[in-house]
Amino acid sequence: MIESVDALILARIQFAFTISFHFIFPAFSIGVASYLAVLEGLWLKTGKPVYLDLFKYWLKIFAIAFAMGVVSGIVMSYQFGTNWSVFSDVAGPVIGPLMAYEVLTAFFLEAGFLGVMLFGMDKVGRKLHFFATLMVAAGTFVSAFWILSVNSWMQTPTGFELAANGQYLPGPSWWAIIFNPSFLYRLVHTVTAAYLTTAFVVGAVGAFHLLKDRTSQHARTMFSMAMWMAALVAPVQIFVGDMHGLNTMEHQPQKVMAMEGHYDSHPDGAPFYVFGIPNDEEQRLDWALGIPKLSSLILKHDLNAPLAGLDTIPDDEQPPVFIVFWAFRIMVAIGVAMLGIGVWSLLARMRGKLYDWSWLHRAALVMGPSGFVAVIAGWATTEVGRQPYVIYGLLRTADAASPLAAPAIAASLLAFVVVYFAVFSVGTWYLLRLMSAAPKAHETGVKRGDKGPIRTAGITPGPTQNPGQSQVLPADEGDAR
Amino acid sequence: MSIDLTTIWAFIIAFGIFAYVVMDGFDLGIGILFPAFQPGEGRNRAMNSIAPFWDGNETWLVLGGGGLFAAFPLAYAIILPATYPLIIAMLLGLVFRGVAFEYRWRDEAHRPFWDMAFMGGSLLAALSQGMVLGALLQGITVEGRAYAGSWFDWLTPYTLLTGLGTVAGYALLGACWLVWRLEDDLQEKARRLALRAGLATAGLMGAVSLYNLALRPEYAERWLTAPEVYWAAPVPILTAIVAIFLWRSLKGKAESAPFWLSLGLFFLGMLGLGVTIWPNVVPPDVTIWDAAAPYRSQVFMLVGVAITMPLIIGYTAWAYWVFRGKVGKDGYH
Ligand code: HDD
Ligand code: HEM
Ligand code: HEM
Repeated sequence: MIESVDALILARIQFAFTISFHFIFPAFSIGVASYLAVLEGLWLKTGKPVYLDLFKYWLKIFAIAFAMGVVSGIVMSYQFGTNWSVFSDVAGPVIGPLMAYEVLTAFFLEAGFLGVMLFGMDKVGRKLHFFATLMVAAGTFVSAFWILSVNSWMQTPTGFELAANGQYLPGPSWWAIIFNPSFLYRLVHTVTAAYLTTAFVVGAVGAFHLLKDRTSQHARTMFSMAMWMAALVAPVQIFVGDMHGLNTMEHQPQKVMAMEGHYDSHPDGAPFYVFGIPNDEEQRLDWALGIPKLSSLILKHDLNAPLAGLDTIPDDEQPPVFIVFWAFRIMVAIGVAMLGIGVWSLLARMRGKLYDWSWLHRAALVMGPSGFVAVIAGWATTEVGRQPYVIYGLLRTADAASPLAAPAIAASLLAFVVVYFAVFSVGTWYLLRLMSAAPKAHETGVKRGDKGPIRTAGITPGPTQNPGQSQVLPADEGDAR
Repeated sequence: MSIDLTTIWAFIIAFGIFAYVVMDGFDLGIGILFPAFQPGEGRNRAMNSIAPFWDGNETWLVLGGGGLFAAFPLAYAIILPATYPLIIAMLLGLVFRGVAFEYRWRDEAHRPFWDMAFMGGSLLAALSQGMVLGALLQGITVEGRAYAGSWFDWLTPYTLLTGLGTVAGYALLGACWLVWRLEDDLQEKARRLALRAGLATAGLMGAVSLYNLALRPEYAERWLTAPEVYWAAPVPILTAIVAIFLWRSLKGKAESAPFWLSLGLFFLGMLGLGVTIWPNVVPPDVTIWDAAAPYRSQVFMLVGVAITMPLIIGYTAWAYWVFRGKVGKDGYH
């Protein structure tokens, strides 16, 4: 096991850093993959060129985000072994097969059809191309299914047997392992989160272009689609989040105590703290500002229901409250703000002003990155709230680490930080540049040539003749300004 | 149990690693050879020839790693800490080369930089992979269930040799792929590169094989004493024959033959490797049975593999078929 605490802290920082970076990309690519499938489907159904243009516009963005998701994901599949080798050894028999299923059923599906989706529109015909797009979208979902099952098993482990050598072995039923008690809640909440994240990015891009040109049909379509998502899915997400919290209270009570900042038990109705500075040393919430009895109402649906606090939990079983408390508040605040945008957009729509209220567009623009903040905050709540355990209640994080010395981990952590910031900031910059270019008719998709544009004036097909055939459309570099 | 699932799993993992090595091998190889092509058309076409495939190819690495984790968790838990710096270097190399596929098209001004990143990342990944292999072959110190060696066990003349051998081999695969996919003078250029990479590969493969005999007494015994030698001897003999055919095909006008022959070379190399370490998964002491996941995990995954692997091979082959033929100015014709 690990000799020094330093090595442990470094390994944790490294894992948190690499996974947080990785998750930013799936949060977006799960949503965009489905959005692309919807756009292509609408195009096939209605034949309206605006959908094909938007498809090609977002396809370029998707290609970059997906590449970043892949390379940061490959890092993750090795992080278990490099940083948590004891965990890998003992939990491998249970979670290894689930991750193998993820590779077999999801990653290959995504990767196998990605080439056709990106480059094959002219080669395989529309139907097959649409099929490829659907397979990529399905792949992202299946991937979420398995990896979230793994993560949920670590939160609420069931269906295993403990071996004499300390390994966790699968019990007779894999069903009990895969569909562990927190899995379905986490799956629905996380996939919905990815859709919302994407919707707000699409909405912000639409809003940005509406602010510049209110008449743009492309910007209108994007904005309207995104606002429907905000109005319909944000309330669902809040409802699902509430259910998820109730489930967590049943299975991981100290996580909910930390989320609520309840150091003390409240025998007759617990307050909901809007603000406070958690103080683990003194086991109390400083500067607390609470709404009386609201927490009992949310968690027990009863104003006067008693709620136990962290004073019922031994100190060395408690998660660090500060991060959990605040990460949770950030997520919830963003959820409420998203709902606000959704309601506002409904109002505008009812008045027929969806494309005219520029304050709504400005607000949507500001909310563009909010989904990413919310998902990272959500994961921080989930993961830090599970501490001090990796496998909740069973295996402590401190006992799970690799036998590596602190300098080795420090060096690799530094390398990850430098490389990730450099590579992914550049990628984000390219994404933003693509998003700031206005979508236009005859959008080009991910075509490439050797020598810049091969725009041949006169023979570019009109929007309705053969919009799927793009041999004569300009090469991609042409519009990389 | 009449059928030994652990052995089946060892073969499945070996298949996954082989699939990875040849598929990502050729696209890493193209990265390694990148500077040999002129900026502009040559590089663009080389890159376009693999753009639709690289992600699928790399997925086999996830299967190799993930499969090892799932089927032989103990091996995964020992090998990764033992070769920690190499694994991190490989991952960072893959980050650079992976994003270069998209970035270089987005930014004309910095294209030379991303071209270098593509080359450097590919080279670093190939070298690290070869050195991990070497570190494994030379043996890993284990106590209890964990790595117990020191910081730089993975850095020896032998591992450098296996690292360079892998770089040369990948370059050979990449060059042969380009012979197949490029036309005219670019094809001729690829042919010349393939000849040189072929020579380097043959030399380094030979050197590693000889070094193996000196590396551990049990390896020498396997390769040099009867009756084991009767099993082992066909491998080097076949390798020599394939190498000669490869040489002749490169000297002539062959299109796809060099690629298939170099795949054959890698297959034989892999077979030789298997002969050398069997039945260990972490030489010298950890056998596949020591490291294997329990029966229930093996069965569960075997069902998955049996159902999905034919499908995966099917749609992967389809994707290769869609993008067949020569790469022209705008990607695949
Ligand atoms: C809820 C979704 C989710 C979560 C929690 C994770 N991932 Fe992920 N991952 C995806 C959703 C995803 C995805 C949507 O399927 C990605 C994103 C972009 C992509 O290419 O596929 C992906 C890519 C991706 C890849 C590259 C696959 C390829 O080659 O195509 C690997 C190896 C991993 N991930 C591994 C992991 C590991 C080991 C995780 C946990 C520690 C993890 N992911 C968390
Ligand atoms: C993609 C979303 C995820 C994010 C953003 C995330 C975030 C985090 C964070 C912030 C920590 C550090 C907690 C701390 O140090 O107190 C952590 C720890 C950990 N997470 Fe996750 N996690 C994610 C998914 C997963 C998944 C899917 C798994 C398992 C398959 C996982 C396994 C672990 C493990 C093993 C640790 C142990 C290290 C530690 O406790 O510090 N995580 N994660
Ligand atoms: C007000 C509304 C919300 C509530 C009540 C809520 C509730 C929760 C709870 C209780 C958890 C922790 C579950 C656990 O660890 O056991 C959680 C996690 C999470 N939340 Fe939320 N949430 C809300 C809004 C959002 C929004 C808007 C997003 C993103 C767009 C989001 C994304 C996530 C993610 C990614 C996780 C981690 C994965 C998981 O455990 O499901 N949440 N949420």
